[in-house]
Amino acid sequence: MKKSIISPMDITVDELGALMDLADDIMKYPEKYAHACDGRILATLFFEPSTRTRLSFEAAMLRLGGKTMGFASADSSSATKGETVADTVRVISSFADICAMRHPKEGAPAVAAAHATIPVINAGDGGHHHPTQTLTDLFTIRSLKGRLDHMTVGFCGDLKFGRTVHSLIRALVNYTDVRFVFISPRELTIPDYIRNDILIRENIPFEEVSRLEDVLPRLDLLYMTRVQRERFFNEEDYMRLKDSYILDKKKMSLAREDMMVLHPLPRVNEIATEVDSDPRAVYFEQVRYGMYIRMALILTLLEIKVD
Amino acid sequence: MSEEIKTNGYKLYVGKIEEGFVIDHIHAGRGMKIYRDLGLDRLDCSVAIILNASSKKMGKKDMIKVECPIDQFDMDFFGFLDPSATVDVIKDGEIISKPKLKLPEKLVNVVRCHNPRCITSGEAQLDQVFILTDPLRGTYRCKYCETAYKNED
Repeated sequence: MKKSIISPMDITVDELGALMDLADDIMKYPEKYAHACDGRILATLFFEPSTRTRLSFEAAMLRLGGKTMGFASADSSSATKGETVADTVRVISSFADICAMRHPKEGAPAVAAAHATIPVINAGDGGHHHPTQTLTDLFTIRSLKGRLDHMTVGFCGDLKFGRTVHSLIRALVNYTDVRFVFISPRELTIPDYIRNDILIRENIPFEEVSRLEDVLPRLDLLYMTRVQRERFFNEEDYMRLKDSYILDKKKMSLAREDMMVLHPLPRVNEIATEVDSDPRAVYFEQVRYGMYIRMALILTLLEIKVD
Repeated sequence: MSEEIKTNGYKLYVGKIEEGFVIDHIHAGRGMKIYRDLGLDRLDCSVAIILNASSKKMGKKDMIKVECPIDQFDMDFFGFLDPSATVDVIKDGEIISKPKLKLPEKLVNVVRCHNPRCITSGEAQLDQVFILTDPLRGTYRCKYCETAYKNED
């Protein structure tokens, strides 16, 4: 595997399989791994707040016996003094063994990886990549569905700016017989590079619709997304589109018994809280799988083997 | 001996090149941009720019004739500036080769990333690096944020 993980494409299908096998083993035998990272330090460099992702990384390292340090927003880093990303990671390389970086500027973790002497994990760079979310999504699907192939996957909500959607599509096209249904308002459809350069070019079956109700009965998996305020330049557009697609109990009654609802979280109102108690709603379990796959990733990047 | 070009009844005379090169079949209107992008304005040698010359193939075209050895230029870069352009290399007054232009794999500090969310927009010291990701369509993407660059005027 590459030294740093910046994009989901940095991980091959085989490496992904090995990571998920390792995460499975960690889930089954957590005590075996409880001291695997004794004496190691993970730096969480969060130039933009993201409580869940940061805590997931920290929980992953702590459960491996390692320690963590870092900052939770650019205000508490020397970025406020004008320090470059390259200089920040050069310094952090002396203190930590591995780092996870979130940054509002797209490509910042790639700059970090080029200058760090320790592995860099991209924990989200603007609207660009968020590879550990993709790993989380894939590991959740494989764990709960038992497979990553032969399924119809629906994506609903903000498919234009939703980086988790783009990354998951790119990852799922590597598996046999995966069909896509895209449910979104006209303004938020998948970008051309996904439609033309990936789906059409690879001859992957997909359809684009505007009503969730029409397609729910056919889905094996529904990936809901939030219409994110920070991705809009214009408040008016955000207000107009944010409530476009809301999943509630009534809509869930149209779905199959074994359909699964995933969501990268945080949820605002696109999934009504009444859906949370439905066994098909797996978005909170997804968070747990996210921690285990991050544990597997940290171990792999630090080249620590546990017998 | 001089080469004669007719333009709207006037006659332009451009001296024959002994050693140098001619960039021909440039899309009409791009000649001046290419002249600047190649840094020809900083050369201490004869350069002739012919704009809107008539062309059977293109209707109108621009041409640039340069009287200096071509070695100091990266010819792949010519292909990036205008994929339709051709180059004739001249020595002792004769065309000695017509190298095939191809797109460079990487462009460093040639074009800028226009994505306001790209790290290069916040950290000016970073090189602007673009990688050729689709040679068939001539698509370049920013090395950092992967935003596509469209080579349009």
